[in-house]
Amino acid sequence: MCLAIPGKIVSLVPDEPHLGVVEVTGVRRRVDLGLLVEDMPKIGDWVLIHVGFAMSRISEQDATEQMQLLTMLGEGEAAMNEVRGYGLEERGDFRTGEKHRLGTGKTPTVQ
Amino acid sequence: MRFVDEFRDPGLITKAVEEIHRLAQPGRHYRIMEVCGGHTHAIYRFGLKDILPEDIELIHGPGCPVCVLPMGRIDDGLALAQKNGTIFAAFGDMMRVPGTHGSPFEHKARGTDVRIVYSPADALQIARKNPKRHVIFFAIGFETTAPSTALTLMHAKREAIRNFSVFCNHVTIVPAIRAILDSPDMRLDAFIGPGHVSTVIGCRPYEWIARAEGKPVVTSGFEPLDLLQSIVMLLRQLRAGEARVENQYKRVVPWEGNRAALKAMAEVFELRPHFEWRGLGFISQSALRIRKEYADWDSEQRFDVPETRVADPKAAQCGEVLKGVLKPAQCKLFGKECTPEHPIGALMVSSEGSCAAYYNYEYRKTASLVTEISSVA
Repeated sequence: MCLAIPGKIVSLVPDEPHLGVVEVTGVRRRVDLGLLVEDMPKIGDWVLIHVGFAMSRISEQDATEQMQLLTMLGEGEAAMNEVRGYGLEERGDFRTGEKHRLGTGKTPTVQ
Repeated sequence: MRFVDEFRDPGLITKAVEEIHRLAQPGRHYRIMEVCGGHTHAIYRFGLKDILPEDIELIHGPGCPVCVLPMGRIDDGLALAQKNGTIFAAFGDMMRVPGTHGSPFEHKARGTDVRIVYSPADALQIARKNPKRHVIFFAIGFETTAPSTALTLMHAKREAIRNFSVFCNHVTIVPAIRAILDSPDMRLDAFIGPGHVSTVIGCRPYEWIARAEGKPVVTSGFEPLDLLQSIVMLLRQLRAGEARVENQYKRVVPWEGNRAALKAMAEVFELRPHFEWRGLGFISQSALRIRKEYADWDSEQRFDVPETRVADPKAAQCGEVLKGVLKPAQCKLFGKECTPEHPIGALMVSSEGSCAAYYNYEYRKTASLVTEISSVA
């Protein structure tokens, strides 16, 4: 659980400056950028995400390598499930219509 | 060297391995502890043991937060979840961890509302959407994860979301390293320092290990080449008779850590006087609790916690394995009563625990080899 997932910031959320939308191999989800306030990432920057929070900025090359590492570790799928599972989508975006574009983002429950 | 071809930059891997062989002094046995469970997983997954000289022994440290959590804490968390209308939210890693009366999964089957979340922020989101129900987030993790819980609590307080609380089990890595170093049966030469914990705390907190204990520390990335380079850096120090903290994972770990994350942790958490670790016992100032300014969002300050204490199963030798005195397979229960499907000891519980990693990658390999040989015979 201490591995981190690389994502690219594709937009920032208006009215909620601590949130950003990241893309991780085609999947877009909202993450919290609050741990990077001292060095706030811009659109196009790459970050490492851990439990829904961006924890550090990294280069694009490091991001690519990190994704390959997760695959090599057999955790690529788990990482994507985690990203798909982030549940912040449903908040506020009823207004902006962003929810539809971002997918349902439902929090999975144990079956 | 059979795994080398699968790695990126096989040439660099070969070079690093050659350098390790060159640096390892003949007749000297090196005991290097990788502190982080992610490293343990990577070492087994990539078969690094098979390409290292025999005299370099990797000891798997205490850095798997699921593994070191005492059963009593799981029991306490689940006891609070029995209250009518409570939602118990936790990371997926926790779901199969056994409590005295079953795992969170088994409680779910018996009617407790247990939800997997991937982020503490998602647990808070469940609370926003279910204002009439109380949501308990069962927080675990080292300093990598604690800042995210801290920010979530700050959001909860700012938005005055009253139906949300955190059952805090966050632990800190440095006191656990100290406890291991203080143990009389422990002999270690050097440490591979955790990667992502260090993005938060930086490298300074390890300096006493080098200064006072005379053991080199190198914070490391998770790729095969990262880990091999870190071993090279440690061997160079040992060969020169030095003990310093070095940072192999510079591309992610800033020397001073992440100030915003440390600030969030300091705002919300304070050190507990002591906390119990599975396999290691009570360690002073080794865990975080929620400050009284956030008491309304602290499950422990808000509700009556039974404070269950469950002794580690006597037959399981987790403590000895954690300290590197025993190898996983030398424990009496390993692979028999205790397996990843039915874990008894702490280290079999999570895929990052050293027993589970050993079982999944080494033991099964050997077992299938035995089957192969016997089927040929």
